[in-house]
Amino acid sequence: MATDTRGLTATEPAVRVRDLHRSFSESGGVLNGLDLDIAPGEFVALIGRSGTGKSTLLRALAGLDRDVAGHGEIEVPASVSVVFQDSRLLPWRRVLDNVVLGLRGAGAEERGRQALAEVGLEGRERSWPFQLSGGEQQRASLARSLVREPQLLLADEPFGALDALTRLRMHALLRKLCEAHRPAVLLVTHDVDEAIALSDRVIVLDAGVVRADVRVAGRSPVELRSFLLEELEIR
Amino acid sequence: MTVTEARPRTVTADVRVVRRRLGPGRRIPYAFWIGPLLLLAVWSAGSATGLISPAILTAPWDVVVAFGEQWTDHDLLGNILSSLQRAALGLGFGVAAGGVLAVISGLSRFGESLIDGPIQIKRSVPTLALIPLFIAWFGIGQEMKIVTIALISLVPIYVHTHNGLRGIDGKYAELAETLDIGRGEFVRHVVLPGALPGFLLGMRFAVTSSLLGLVVVEQYNATAGIGHMITLAEQYGQTDVIVVGLVIYGIFGYCADSAVRLVGRRVLAWRRTLED
Repeated sequence: MATDTRGLTATEPAVRVRDLHRSFSESGGVLNGLDLDIAPGEFVALIGRSGTGKSTLLRALAGLDRDVAGHGEIEVPASVSVVFQDSRLLPWRRVLDNVVLGLRGAGAEERGRQALAEVGLEGRERSWPFQLSGGEQQRASLARSLVREPQLLLADEPFGALDALTRLRMHALLRKLCEAHRPAVLLVTHDVDEAIALSDRVIVLDAGVVRADVRVAGRSPVELRSFLLEELEIR
Repeated sequence: MTVTEARPRTVTADVRVVRRRLGPGRRIPYAFWIGPLLLLAVWSAGSATGLISPAILTAPWDVVVAFGEQWTDHDLLGNILSSLQRAALGLGFGVAAGGVLAVISGLSRFGESLIDGPIQIKRSVPTLALIPLFIAWFGIGQEMKIVTIALISLVPIYVHTHNGLRGIDGKYAELAETLDIGRGEFVRHVVLPGALPGFLLGMRFAVTSSLLGLVVVEQYNATAGIGHMITLAEQYGQTDVIVVGLVIYGIFGYCADSAVRLVGRRVLAWRRTLED
């Protein structure tokens, strides 16, 4: 079923994963020999049912799984940024201070202001996080990621907690930002439509391996949607 | 036309369905002073009606007179300043040490294994019981007094700061790791602000403890200070002067606690709690 994408990427991949294994218990692995390449600037959506290892893979790429057993090879760019499901703004720092947190060099604050303006939060620099709506908080966390100009953006269901309308607006914003900054993106999502709307490539994960790997370009969304739902064994 | 141009507030009634409030509700103006003033009123009424005899507790107005006498004839201001300096020095050292120890023990397992045990043991030994030992080590001078006050205020700062620090949500540490920030920045932006509510609670206990320590250490060989004044008054049987001393201790404690709470309200503006 899986479509072979190897050979299509002419340049060095931004992300290269080979034979990745991760397990939380003796009985069974969450990731079982997973291979994955992501080209620079490529937007990959990762879908799969609950417990298929989507978040485990993302955390492995983010370097946040030091206590998880397993082996395999991972190569990621030097600059990786993570967007979590919750915005993770420090509640005791104002919005701008959250965005420039840990940012070094002159003009960090000015870059933070620009990033906030880019996500439509100009004028909210001095607000406390609790004063922002859920969508605004997630936009601020996007600004915090983008101001670091990552070569790889990892997003773990970033819009999962938002309402449907806000989610659509966030989709448009994320597409615009990715076109402007061109990071490689790995987006973990439950939402097949979100995957199709945003990505260049959709990967279906099942039992810790890639079950399907399809390019979005050149396929009709309707056909792609029913194909993906079939792969997810929803139909 | 005229209807639409009319100001809405002149025509619309304000009809709401309002839930019963479960939180404490709005602030009462000058709420700080209501309790203490009520206490003073009860004291005055008791003394005026003779329910509280002067032998048991001096009347408030006699305390005021005694205050005046002490101020003009016995350098009350000097005594106050001397006591304040002692308490502030001891508190300062205690808070600094307690805070630093809490951060070290909170952030490093090795630090915790070194620091936490001894402090928990120290907690169960009353500092006041250590005074004889401190007298042997430091003599009966100022050092002994400051060390005692420092130790007595160190413990609540340590316990509450450590508790606040360990209570910080682990997801913020994870975020900090993904941002590649150094340990120093992690402490400055995540650990210290996150532990601040705990530290301020510890501060309230520490301030009160430091005054408790002050009362006791000033009974030993002091030549100035409120405790010295009380000890003298005890020898001469001047109940009114003793009450002056007690009232001053009370005012110290109350003002210090209010100051800590006020600071807390300002620096914790990022929180939305039942307090607001």
